Amino acid sequence: MSSFMAILVGLFVGLVILLVSNPGQAIRGFLAILLGGFVDMKNLGQVFYFATPIILTGLSFGFANKTGLFNIGGAGQFIIGAYAAVYVGVKWGFLPGHAHWIVALAAALLAGALWGLVPGVLKAFYNVNEVIACIMMNYIGMYMVNFLVVKTIFDSLRNQSMRVASTAVLPKAGLDKLFFTGNSSSSVNIGIFIAVLAGVVIYIVLDKTKFGYELKACGYNRNAAQYAGINEKRSIVMSMAIAGALSGLGGALLYLAGAGKSIEVVDVLAIEGFNGIPVALLGLSHPLGILLSGIFVAHLTVGGFNMQLYDFVPQVIDIIIAVIIYFSAFALVLKGFIQSFFKKGDEPSGDEKTIFPDIDIPEKGGDVS
Amino acid sequence: MNTIFFLVQQTMFFSIPLLIVALGGMFSERSGIVNIALEGIMITGAFAGILFINVFQGALPGQPILILGLIVAALSGMLISLTHAYASVNMSANQVISGTAINMFAPAFAIYVARMLRTVQQIPFVNQFRIRSVPVLGEIPIIGNLLFQNTYLTTYLGFIILVASWFVLYNTRFGLRLRACGEHPQAADSVGINVYKIRYAGVLISGALAGIGGLVFVVPTSTNFNATVSGYGFLALAVLIFGQWKPSRILVAAFFFGLMKTIAAAYSGIPFLVGLGMPSDFYKMTPYVATLVVLAFTSKKSQAPRAAGIPYDKASR
Repeated sequence: MSSFMAILVGLFVGLVILLVSNPGQAIRGFLAILLGGFVDMKNLGQVFYFATPIILTGLSFGFANKTGLFNIGGAGQFIIGAYAAVYVGVKWGFLPGHAHWIVALAAALLAGALWGLVPGVLKAFYNVNEVIACIMMNYIGMYMVNFLVVKTIFDSLRNQSMRVASTAVLPKAGLDKLFFTGNSSSSVNIGIFIAVLAGVVIYIVLDKTKFGYELKACGYNRNAAQYAGINEKRSIVMSMAIAGALSGLGGALLYLAGAGKSIEVVDVLAIEGFNGIPVALLGLSHPLGILLSGIFVAHLTVGGFNMQLYDFVPQVIDIIIAVIIYFSAFALVLKGFIQSFFKKGDEPSGDEKTIFPDIDIPEKGGDVS
Repeated sequence: MNTIFFLVQQTMFFSIPLLIVALGGMFSERSGIVNIALEGIMITGAFAGILFINVFQGALPGQPILILGLIVAALSGMLISLTHAYASVNMSANQVISGTAINMFAPAFAIYVARMLRTVQQIPFVNQFRIRSVPVLGEIPIIGNLLFQNTYLTTYLGFIILVASWFVLYNTRFGLRLRACGEHPQAADSVGINVYKIRYAGVLISGALAGIGGLVFVVPTSTNFNATVSGYGFLALAVLIFGQWKPSRILVAAFFFGLMKTIAAAYSGIPFLVGLGMPSDFYKMTPYVATLVVLAFTSKKSQAPRAAGIPYDKASR
């Protein structure tokens, strides 16, 4: 409920910005945002294409958040996963057919997990605040990938990584036949199915297994979990590694999509890593919520591209998303407001309890264990 | 010797903004509000300051316009940090989420406004602020070369802010109250301190300093503003923690980080480092790896403000 309120406020602010900057075209631009991907089949496909990586980084952030960790290291995990996948895609051409892209994805999972593991170990054994460790790992990952790309798979003409072999490109599974307009088809591929699958797996792990229960218990109260016999150090390390693997997979799905995207050698953090944070927050850190919010954010992104027709700058989408996040942080107060608004008492109380129950404020330096 | 002078002068350009922004973060966190929005506030301050300089550069001479630009940067930083304070103090919102929202908003807003005003997102400015040599002081051998040549007004501003911060934090009534609110707001409230007011003040000071820091970072290191401060806000956050929330240690941390950044940026001009044959990416990585290592050794006895990040609720006293 409060997510919807936040979205409404965000869209309203977006409308105001459009009206202020160009009143004549504002309504048409705003409609383009609202329509998003629903203009033709190609754009609809693009929604799923853009949603794929941010669903994965959103799952990464949301999963860590459920276990009481603030994984702001998505950018580093994302790009290191992308590198591992592209490396396999370029160099391991000996792999037959479908094995090639599957191995490339596995490599990305491993590399991402490694990048998440480091802050996890530092947090569990050395009490290092994971927010800071993750920020450091983001930059280390970025420079490491720049170095490795230049050393191993460099296309010096375009200052980026080489193209992956065609067997490493994710299959379209007929999606390009479905999502096309005129003679241009969308970049959508089976990555979206892998993203959905990842969401379902994370949901099962968190809500239906003992392992997931232990992870969440550590998130609620580390000391109590330890007292109950849960190995809390192992839990922290594991959940950071899983979060890292998810982001790494996101990187692989973007760069193996066959849409002509290569890893550029620039000193800029991977934005998809940060975009997972709003996706997770909007989805209330719930895996299935993240699937929906990832598609919603991608829908707005596509709308932002289409809005350029009317001479608007697509950054207005980022502004709208930022406002949405800001107001979703007000969840507690909004909840009270909504309840007093609908005083009749027909407010469903079930989902109100789930509004941000798990977002743990990272304590600087952590607690004394 | 010239190499050393050059290194020290360059280090100043990288260290001073880190110092100013980390001190800003210190005021916020010692009052009990986690401020992860430093990056966004820096961008806001740099954007407003550079836009101001860009518009009025023809009308006013060098140093006065820089000072006015700094004031504009500070005010814009305070304005954006007001949203963070409102969310954290009045709304009991999650402070990390609110900060993340600001970090997203600031670059998008800067690009949007810049492109709407002038179709490109870069805002150029003419760098007429460099001081070749400070009169009299610049003539002193060695010290003059190190500190008073090829410098900017902002370098000295950084040191003034350092001394002022230290004084305010440890030698004024306000500083004592600020620290009390960060450690134990309930106790502070019980002796009549208005926790909400103090926390607002802490966040607003951090906004002003981070805004200034943004402009201070852009002026010596670039000739246009491109809606980014290259992750310096996050680096300042690391400086703050590395410095254990204390002004004197923040100074040391800021200069350590600044020196590493300088080596990464300028190592090709230093024969000794070129001889080592290390790729530049390793120098760029060094500050971050060093931070991780040092944190691993020092975090067991971390001295973070105890109430940082926890919304204050009067009823829970």
